[in-house]
Amino acid sequence: MTEIASTDAPIVRLVAPDGSVVGDVEVGLSDDERRELLRLMIRSRRLDRECWALQRQGELTVYPPFEGQEAAQVGSAFALGPDDFVFPSFRELAAAVVRGVDVVEYLQYHRGTWHGGPYDPIASRFAPICVPVATQIVHAVGWAMGSTLDGSTACSLAYFGDGSASEGDFHEGANLAAVFGAPAILFCQNNGWAISVPSHRQFAAPIADRAAGYGMPGVRVDGNDVLAVYAVTREAVRRARAGEGPTLIEAVTYRIGSHSTADDAARYRDEAEVTAWRERDPIDRYRSYLLGAGTIDDAFVRGCENEAEAWVGDIRTELTALGEPPASEIFDHAFADPPPTLLAQREELLGDG
Amino acid sequence: MAEVTMVAALNAALRDALAADPRTLVFGEDVGALGGVFRVTEGLQAEFGGERVFDTPIAEAGIAGICIGLAMAGWRPIAEMQFDGFSYPALDQVISHLAKYRQRTRGRVGVPAVIRIPSFGGIKGKEHHGESPETYYAHTAGLKVVVPSTPLDAYRLLRRSIDDPDPVIFLEPKSRYWSKEDGDLTAEGPGIGLARVLREGGACVVIAYGAMVGRCLEAATALAADGIETAVLDLRSLVPLDVAAIGDAVRSTGRAIVVHEAPLTLGMGAEIVARIVEGAFDHLEAPVARVTGPDVPYPPASLEQRYLPSVERICNAVRTVVAY
Repeated sequence: MTEIASTDAPIVRLVAPDGSVVGDVEVGLSDDERRELLRLMIRSRRLDRECWALQRQGELTVYPPFEGQEAAQVGSAFALGPDDFVFPSFRELAAAVVRGVDVVEYLQYHRGTWHGGPYDPIASRFAPICVPVATQIVHAVGWAMGSTLDGSTACSLAYFGDGSASEGDFHEGANLAAVFGAPAILFCQNNGWAISVPSHRQFAAPIADRAAGYGMPGVRVDGNDVLAVYAVTREAVRRARAGEGPTLIEAVTYRIGSHSTADDAARYRDEAEVTAWRERDPIDRYRSYLLGAGTIDDAFVRGCENEAEAWVGDIRTELTALGEPPASEIFDHAFADPPPTLLAQREELLGDG
Repeated sequence: MAEVTMVAALNAALRDALAADPRTLVFGEDVGALGGVFRVTEGLQAEFGGERVFDTPIAEAGIAGICIGLAMAGWRPIAEMQFDGFSYPALDQVISHLAKYRQRTRGRVGVPAVIRIPSFGGIKGKEHHGESPETYYAHTAGLKVVVPSTPLDAYRLLRRSIDDPDPVIFLEPKSRYWSKEDGDLTAEGPGIGLARVLREGGACVVIAYGAMVGRCLEAATALAADGIETAVLDLRSLVPLDVAAIGDAVRSTGRAIVVHEAPLTLGMGAEIVARIVEGAFDHLEAPVARVTGPDVPYPPASLEQRYLPSVERICNAVRTVVAY
């Protein structure tokens, strides 16, 4: 346990920003799995940067970048099993990559061809993208309650941000989860900023401290330390499967980019702060650690980068080839059995009966 | 044949649904040991256990929100909001998710949830206990909005709502909870989206839903004594709205009145009158009248009968329209 600059609250950290070991890094991962974490972070960042470019080129409408948060998302999603269910907010593309969500389908959300979950949420165990922040926490709790009713040991994990933690749905979700002992993990990515409002204007105490008030464990973790994130999430998963109920995790990280492609962070935050956080970069840190441990060599890193480049190129090709959805989709999914009044509107608008 | 109250009919509908489908769940505030503040869930927890019938914390957004997650896990949630005025904290979950989830998932995930809300006035309730929230829901695309008016139909409509693949807001007219009706409880018969003619009459049709249906029938009886034969159309569901039945009734009478407790402006009456004008204008012999609550917050108990459409006001409106 060490401390970070922004608060004196204790925090779990296993690898320091320079890659040196400061905790017990034997977190139950094989060398192959350790390499996979790096590979996933590298391809996620490459994808994130491509999405920014795609937006600037007019291929996406608006895009919320996650650079700087790769460890928080990859480490947590990697700790889940295939039957567990993720309820994301809107900045969790790296977690979606880990979960195997179809990225081209996912990006149709940001391309403006469909809302919510253009991918199959049930098959991918990844709920629709959720913009009304914190509402998805309650969904995750409901899903976890349903899992328990089924006698399953599968758990849910809800991602939310520091700003979301101010919403009433955070409270209702956390309280319901604790009261029902639901196997839900409430995973906060405290990335420092809720659009232009710094986290100290959202809360006056660490989010993780709230857990005691609900009657669940709360843990604060260095969100840029992928092994630490994996370890605390793995423990939360273990508790959930064992019937010990929910866990609140606060991953302290940083949003290197703007809130979205429509935002300009230079208007409200000091570049020196961004520079300081770049020095705690999650990928640089983990790569240094793996190189130092002899788990990887430079050739492995180059291989990951080349593989990510090709992968992202394929995604771009497939995404930009997509046409407009048929106009009939405006009506197709509103109801299972659309009422006559709606069918009449459809006929009037589309003329095809 | 047995006489049942609306509370007993709704209770039977929930019991029969819980027995018919092991994936159904009933939850809300005080629905367990107490059986709900109106006793609609009485005995259900004892019969089906605390896992399928359970109390929640006082958290309406949470109640609506867990419907989404439970449905994604394959359950059929039947949630109770304790009172109309307490359903508002859940509106974000209802509008942003419950109503949109099928669309947001490109048709892959439907939410077959029912949210039951004891609604409307007339029971000398405290403030926030006499609200008419129907247009908030009816104006939210993706929801069905069902309002029963009698015990037997309440049973049928609740069973059909529970079986519906899409979310249904089920507004229970609490002033009719203790009304009685003779007959057998059955889910068979006209489903959601079909209005019913409760009384035939050639002079005028009175269109209503929920508790106002009873008042309209009283008014029709009074008017018949004066030789004015008034039809009464019970809408049963506001979404889908049975536009065909409304049109038929207007075409056969040429005169129509719409009655609801909710305030006048942009109430259901506005939509119904628009539909009449669009579909049956040539058959109108008189302007359509609306008899509704005024555009004010719901008044205290001692004044609520001055607010609510009275039999006298309904009769006067019919006489005016018939004399036009």
